[in-house]
Amino acid sequence: MAIDEKDVRTAEEPKATGLGLVKGLGVTLKHALRPSITQQYPEEKPDLPARTRGVIALKQENCTVCYKCARECPDWCIYIDAHKETHDPASGGKGRSMKVLDRFAIDFALCMYCGICVEVCPFDALFWSREFEYSEHEIAELTHEKEKLEEWTYTVLPPPELEEGAEGPAADEGAA
Amino acid sequence: MIAQSGVSLVDQWLESYWLVLVVKAAVVLVFFLTAPLAVGYVEHKVLAHMQARLGPMYAGRFHGWAQLVADGVKFVQKEDIIPSAADRWVFSLAPAVALVPYIAVLVVIPFSDEAFILNLDVGIFFVMAITSITVIGVLMAGWASANKFSLIGALRAAAQLIAYELPLVLAAAAVAMQAATLSLIGIVEAQDRYWFVLSQPIGFFIFMIASLAELTRPPFDMPIADSEIIFGAYTEYSGLKFAFFLLAEYGGIVVLSAIASVLFLGGYQALPGMDAIPAPLWMAAKIGALAFVIIWLRATYPRLRADQLQRLSWLVLIPLALLQIMGVAVLKVAV
Repeated sequence: MAIDEKDVRTAEEPKATGLGLVKGLGVTLKHALRPSITQQYPEEKPDLPARTRGVIALKQENCTVCYKCARECPDWCIYIDAHKETHDPASGGKGRSMKVLDRFAIDFALCMYCGICVEVCPFDALFWSREFEYSEHEIAELTHEKEKLEEWTYTVLPPPELEEGAEGPAADEGAA
Repeated sequence: MIAQSGVSLVDQWLESYWLVLVVKAAVVLVFFLTAPLAVGYVEHKVLAHMQARLGPMYAGRFHGWAQLVADGVKFVQKEDIIPSAADRWVFSLAPAVALVPYIAVLVVIPFSDEAFILNLDVGIFFVMAITSITVIGVLMAGWASANKFSLIGALRAAAQLIAYELPLVLAAAAVAMQAATLSLIGIVEAQDRYWFVLSQPIGFFIFMIASLAELTRPPFDMPIADSEIIFGAYTEYSGLKFAFFLLAEYGGIVVLSAIASVLFLGGYQALPGMDAIPAPLWMAAKIGALAFVIIWLRATYPRLRADQLQRLSWLVLIPLALLQIMGVAVLKVAV
């Protein structure tokens, strides 16, 4: 197919006036006079956005031990142990069995912060927290148990407001 | 003792020839070891802020003022490596050859009509002759390193420095013609009524560009272009020898800023109505302002290619400088 000459856009050859050189000096000077954007980290804590993937927090009472997170995890860094308990209803009748969480641990040395576990959790037991200062000297100490994961839930921020014109949450989610 | 203008302060205070000599040498050395550090620190800070960063903030507690002192201590501690294929003597001498000329030039720079070391009758001639020796140091470094990057860098440096020596000298010559003297103090005194930047703005422009190129500072840093030839002639250097090359670069900024202020900005002359501020402060302020401009240009412009460098010098700056000289000569005879 022949190329239509009209469709070919050619950049106009800029004239070398030297004005750009002066403008460039203006740009650097303007930046020099502005306050710098550096955050002096250890002294000054960064103000991270609410959805920062810092660490994964666990709300234990929401967990039903469905193992979805552990199975979906691409590198198998979630460890779950549970046992079954049977409770007799106060009104009498057949006992109801339920699972009780014994151990829930995430090995953050393996975790690649993909967030699939948070996405897949059907009962909102897992959350992203902004907390990021949990480095350790021993790699084994990066496996955090449910008590520590529970602590991190107190640092979880409410999700930010939707942007103007953004699609809201899917309407059929509650119905399904 | 009554202050006499035209006689160095040290000569007024002290009688003994040897004592005067020692004091003068000490003054030059101390100045040469502190002023470049100040410029280097300012460069860290100015570059950082122009890039929306903070620059050094920790060394010395207050805004990292001791960063270059810390760097100096670090360089002293580093291993002094000489490549086995290198020409040991030439390799070791090169930093000194690059550094000493700038120290020597400081001797003739006047900070007031009394605060100077030596008032040479051939001042500006001496300056131009001595500063061009630095090229030899760079060439020696590149040749003796037995490293292809060093050699490429050294030859680029030689080509560039030869090309820009000429406009530098021509611009200075035009000033010397207008001032009718070669002495740096004489040139400053000749700017009693107005600074030569007003009568020779093109000369000032040429001189500043040629100085930048002479210092191989960005945007004329083709000889050390670190993204293509590592660090040019200085690639194989480490420790103190490398520090000497850096010191030569920053010392060069101080020296060429000082020469430019003497030639074009009235040296230690005050602005009209501001005589209350002492002359040495005026000189220091002018050196500082020009050093800032040199740093500012580094933050702003990308590197010129080797052929662009040569074209700029031979086809633009040198003809302009020659025209300038002709103009000055005609006016000098006519007026």
